[in-house]
Amino acid sequence: MGEAPAAVELRGISKSFPGVLANDEVSLVVRRGEVHCLLGENGAGKSTLMNVLAGVHRPDEGEIRVAGRRVTIGCPRDAIDLGIGMVHQHSSLIAVFTVLENLLLGRGEGLRLKTGEALAALEEFSALLGVAVDPWVQVGRLSLGEQQQLEIIRALWRGSRVLILDEPTSMLTPKGVEDLQRVLAQLTRQGLAVIFITHKLREAFDIGDRVSVLRRGRLAGTIDEATMRGGTFAELKQMVVELMFPGEAARLARVAEIRGFEGPARRSRRPAAGPPLLELSDVLIPGARGEVGIDEPLSLAVHAGEVVGVAGVDGNGQRPLAEGIAGQRRAAAGDIRLAGTTVRALSIGARQRLGLRYVTDDRLGEGVAPPLSVALNLVSKRIGAPPFWVHGRTKKAAIERHARALVEEYDIMTPTLDTPAGSLSGGTLQKIVVARELSFSPKVVVFNKPTHGLDVKTTAMVRDRIGRLVEGGEAGALVISTDLEELLELCDRVAVLSRGRLMGVVENVPGAEQEIGALMIGGGDE
Amino acid sequence: MSSLLTSEFLAALLSGAVIAGAPLLFAALGETVSEQGGVLNIGLEGMMLFGAYGGFVVAHWTGSSWIGFLAAIVAGLLVALLMVVFCVRMGRDQIVVGIAILLAVEGLTSLLHAAQFGTSYPRLGAVPTVRVPWLADVPVVGPSLFGQPAIVYIGIALVVVVWWVLSRTNPGLHLRAAGWKPAALDNAGVDVLRVRTVAVLVTGALAGLGGGYMAIVVAGVFVPFMTGGMGFIAIVIAMLGRGRPLWVAVGAFLFGIALSSATSLQLAGVNVPTDVVQMLPFVTVILALIIFARQSYLPSALATPYVRGRR
Repeated sequence: MGEAPAAVELRGISKSFPGVLANDEVSLVVRRGEVHCLLGENGAGKSTLMNVLAGVHRPDEGEIRVAGRRVTIGCPRDAIDLGIGMVHQHSSLIAVFTVLENLLLGRGEGLRLKTGEALAALEEFSALLGVAVDPWVQVGRLSLGEQQQLEIIRALWRGSRVLILDEPTSMLTPKGVEDLQRVLAQLTRQGLAVIFITHKLREAFDIGDRVSVLRRGRLAGTIDEATMRGGTFAELKQMVVELMFPGEAARLARVAEIRGFEGPARRSRRPAAGPPLLELSDVLIPGARGEVGIDEPLSLAVHAGEVVGVAGVDGNGQRPLAEGIAGQRRAAAGDIRLAGTTVRALSIGARQRLGLRYVTDDRLGEGVAPPLSVALNLVSKRIGAPPFWVHGRTKKAAIERHARALVEEYDIMTPTLDTPAGSLSGGTLQKIVVARELSFSPKVVVFNKPTHGLDVKTTAMVRDRIGRLVEGGEAGALVISTDLEELLELCDRVAVLSRGRLMGVVENVPGAEQEIGALMIGGGDE
Repeated sequence: MSSLLTSEFLAALLSGAVIAGAPLLFAALGETVSEQGGVLNIGLEGMMLFGAYGGFVVAHWTGSSWIGFLAAIVAGLLVALLMVVFCVRMGRDQIVVGIAILLAVEGLTSLLHAAQFGTSYPRLGAVPTVRVPWLADVPVVGPSLFGQPAIVYIGIALVVVVWWVLSRTNPGLHLRAAGWKPAALDNAGVDVLRVRTVAVLVTGALAGLGGGYMAIVVAGVFVPFMTGGMGFIAIVIAMLGRGRPLWVAVGAFLFGIALSSATSLQLAGVNVPTDVVQMLPFVTVILALIIFARQSYLPSALATPYVRGRR
């Protein structure tokens, strides 16, 4: 069998944003019937390139060919008409709409909704993919895996011949990833081209027919089918690391995530932990509207010198749990104790003063005050307190001294201390938040998705800080994460949350991931 | 107090409620449309006021209430056009622009009215009423509820139309998507700004009609600042209605009762200071907000301008 014809061809695509050259003359050919994986660090330009193809961004230079014909894609409608469907990293389904309404979105010629046609299409494509989706249920009630299946079905119904999946597995359970893999195999058999963006090498190796690596906006190289089939995983890993970090491979071999390419590095068990620092007993924390809360009594303790993980697919009660502990919402029942003191009725500030810290997952929204300077953001939890404020007067020199020390210690990449925090990248914001929360001797720190969306180096730094926090045996950490490998690397014990219920707590010993995976699936309906 | 329960009182209260509630119904239906599309239309009162002015002037010139209503719609559309240009197309802050629109219209209508009529306040003739056969013959309730000007029945029909469009049609689905997650609508290949533009224009037309109704049917005269907070009450009704036109209609009627109780209480001979009675609708607003606002369920992209590719 010869080489399959090209479904999409990108030639010399360049795209810049103010101050950033996101894509620099990238050329890429995607063939019919293949799964083409795109690898690269955060900010390497993967999403930008795909957004150019999907009509979200217009390229500054370069041309796009679809099925051999030169085309211009000016808006998402053009992309849809050309048979290019994209499943975005952030779901583009509307949670309050039903499955059917989401399918019908944008299908409208004429006034009446084509409900009948949508039902027929749903049935046809569900059968093709081997999944079952209830058309009348609200999308917000579906699991993330089901939502993704729905997005794929919608793209297919719109006549997509090229399907772009932007980090599709980041929110899925191990079972969900398996299902997705099966669906993709089904689609490529039908002659569709799939572009699969990921930063997990293992996945690219398992799912992809070819792999292209982007680095700093440029195409670093493509690994062809023969090499993929013939090579072992170790060889492939070596090639990809060389493409991603040319010349640096040897030095970076120790970085956690690259180690993670092979499988999680497990932390060594710490000696028996100290006294309990954070105790939750029979806590109930209701969710906001449309959100899963902690709906069944939850009990959990974090001891001094211990990292406890909370595993689970996003949206299973993680945020209510974190905010309930931090004091941002009230527990409806049960007790929360911090080093023996009941804090359930205390305010956020009072809990903070007792040594409780919260590293939020919403860095830009609530982690920092975007218009304020880096320096002020680094002391924003101590407003009014000496030495930064004395008798209501701001001591600028003291604040700057403190901020400069933290910027140095945490390698916070900011032009000046006066730069507004909102203008900095996500990784830098996370460093600011972590630096602020870890200063002034915390007792218990709750981390909510601490490395979500961060690049390799920042991820390694944050994980290292979590390890160092508990090392002395004075403090404890609760790490809520959707990344199982991260939890296996960091934690002594891992609690599993599903549909607002604590399914169990697993000691982090070899084989724990199977047990955790089983607990995650046991409570869901995937 | 037993005199409160006479049939005269009830009849006056109900017919007053419909008269006072109808402009709220038009405006709140309009606000519902733009809120569902993600545009918070604080300038609603301005659209009503300009509709009242335009409707009155044209009805006065032509002597026809119907042409007056049409002019009111056009006047509301003109004001809505400002909202479209600044908020939908240029992505400016909807609240600031809305307040600016209200202040500008208040000044403009006062000026135009003074230049045209000086200190005289010419009156329009009464608008003929249409009796609904059978229903109008029901004792007490019948004559007061089913002997209204034709425009009121159009308003009731609009409740059904808006409900149908929102829940059963493509434009309705796109409208709600523009309010809940405009990026999703854009990715589906639908022009978000176009959907929102149409939504704001519909709002302007309906609010203008509501204002025109106040000048042509209720007052028969134009007085500067005559909308007196009705636009803001309509915004509250739309928010409490959560995008469900039937609830909007119920809300408009209940606020209509609060408004008309002012006159009906006096008719019943209850000796309450008029200032206290005139506070009733606003007290009702505050009570309704205290009781129900916790559950108000607004589109998540409300009051957020849409720019493609920005998260």
